[in-house]
Amino acid sequence: MSSFEPVLMANMALPDSHTLRVYESTGGYQALRRAIKELTPVQVIDAVKASNLRGRGGAGFPTGLKWTFLPKDHPGPIYMCINADESEPGTFNNRYLMELDPHQVIEGIILSSYATRATTAYIYLRYEYPLSWKRLQAALDECYAAGLLGKNILGSEFSLDVYLHKGAAAYICGEETGLIESLEGKRAWPRIKPPFPAIEGLFRKPTVVNNIETVACVTQIMARGVEWFKSIGVPSDPNNPRDPGSYGPKLYCLSGHVNNPGCYEAPLGITCRQLIDEYGGGVWKGRKGKAAIPGGISMGLFTEPEFDTPLDFAGPGKVGCLGLGTAAVVVLDETVSMVDFLHNSCRFFQHESCGQCTPCREGTAWALAMLNRIRAGKGRLRDLDLLLEIGDTIGIIPGTTICGLADGAAWPIKNAIRKFRGEFEDYIKRTNPHGYAVTEPVLALPVLAGAH
Amino acid sequence: MMREQAANMSSTEPILTAEMVREIQALFPRYPNKRAVTLPALHIVNDRLRYVPLKAVVEIAQLLELAPAEVQDTLSFYGLFKQDQPHGRVRAWVCRSISCALRGGEQVLEHLCHKTGIRPGETTPDGALTLEYAECLGACEFAPCMLAGESLHRELTTAKADEFLSHVRPASGAGHSSAHA
Repeated sequence: MSSFEPVLMANMALPDSHTLRVYESTGGYQALRRAIKELTPVQVIDAVKASNLRGRGGAGFPTGLKWTFLPKDHPGPIYMCINADESEPGTFNNRYLMELDPHQVIEGIILSSYATRATTAYIYLRYEYPLSWKRLQAALDECYAAGLLGKNILGSEFSLDVYLHKGAAAYICGEETGLIESLEGKRAWPRIKPPFPAIEGLFRKPTVVNNIETVACVTQIMARGVEWFKSIGVPSDPNNPRDPGSYGPKLYCLSGHVNNPGCYEAPLGITCRQLIDEYGGGVWKGRKGKAAIPGGISMGLFTEPEFDTPLDFAGPGKVGCLGLGTAAVVVLDETVSMVDFLHNSCRFFQHESCGQCTPCREGTAWALAMLNRIRAGKGRLRDLDLLLEIGDTIGIIPGTTICGLADGAAWPIKNAIRKFRGEFEDYIKRTNPHGYAVTEPVLALPVLAGAH
Repeated sequence: MMREQAANMSSTEPILTAEMVREIQALFPRYPNKRAVTLPALHIVNDRLRYVPLKAVVEIAQLLELAPAEVQDTLSFYGLFKQDQPHGRVRAWVCRSISCALRGGEQVLEHLCHKTGIRPGETTPDGALTLEYAECLGACEFAPCMLAGESLHRELTTAKADEFLSHVRPASGAGHSSAHA
């Protein structure tokens, strides 16, 4: 691990790292120049496929494979959507890329569009990132002025326009079909799939949706080669021919109760404990860790002994978490109440459920109502089973909703109660010792009525 | 405010300025249809007016060749656009999601509410400040944090929150605000 040299973050410490001048001085846009001159679009797709790059936005779907789902010989237009609606609690690595190295991102967008024959790309950027907006827009302006964007890029037949599109503070817009609906000017209600976006996406045309970090990886794969990319990370499982492995560098986000929160680049597959201790300087205040979110709040929870789980695409699933997600680790120290943690999680998902599917809309709302009641000292032991029933029955995995938001809402419930059940039971017994059945409504604590 | 808005509705004067209309129309070539300009148009109006009253919705719909209900449907889905009255000269979003909550974000929000006498979603009577809670601002390494206008306030404490208030409302609610953020 000590031999690992950061690549995605390599330029970020340079002064004016966000400018074209600095980016080109470190070899930027050489990969694009070479690809446009020497490679066909199919060869670019083949390279990305061979690299086994998996999407960095949360689902981990192989990027090259996603591209091959586009119809062959489509008359066009084909659209590229770049998902910069980074909203998963704990996640901020896309912000680093957009603020400190926007050209690495844009080179990846141009390469990805060249490969997929997209002629227009939209970057759907969350409202909460005003500096990212400024840096990306300035970088796009530089590219147009330098002939890297627009008509006949670098004198070739290839033309591409890239536009920024601002979101309006809604988590669901990070779901790829919710993003498409929002971009079209509608409420961001995810679509039933199939048809998948590759067949019928934005404006009913073939569309690829890729995450910001994913396209930055495309830049590095085309600059450094497939072999370089596959020399990093965790190889495919030889006993599972369908396992694409976990190759390449990863931008891990670390926050919560650690000494040095931040964004750290490491090979895919470091353990959560390595991230906390070697990168984050350990749990803060000399305390012990109690739990950690492995990859954004929707992925569930590690217990302290599970901190040794590798943070690759397969690791978190082996200890009952939903997956690697966005690789955003949030550490909870030994003083944190799991009741409070679960309340925070349920409140988030109740707020962000788009309301389209009844199991999610009602399930997230009732889960929050129960957590409010439990926190107010009126919990019943059987509430824990009711919460688990909600957790087990909402989402794509049980098959009751259109998108995965509900699975993300369910996982913290399932992990928190199944892994820390004793603490929940103790809290309920202590705060509601008589255990009477509650029928009257309970007000939320604290009352923070919002604008949404 | 409602009466004012009713007056706006009946006024023949458009609420969108010629500049806003030009800015909205300049985005048409970017998309294959005008409906896709809905969110950008709402942002253009909201950036200038600090809200998007119904009359603006009707005018945006005319520009985009949509039914006003279509624009209103989209607007009402998002938590961002106020319709009854403009938000304050500064709109501050205090994060309440997990990384900030673990480091005292909710206490800072409560402190700000206590000091200003308003709740999240409300505006101080002098129009200086609107407080909001936010779900994850994506700045978790600086938790707890707050986005005020375009400024990110990092590693907030109640003392830093007080300092922020003294900039936004130098006369503690009685006078005019200096431009902040």
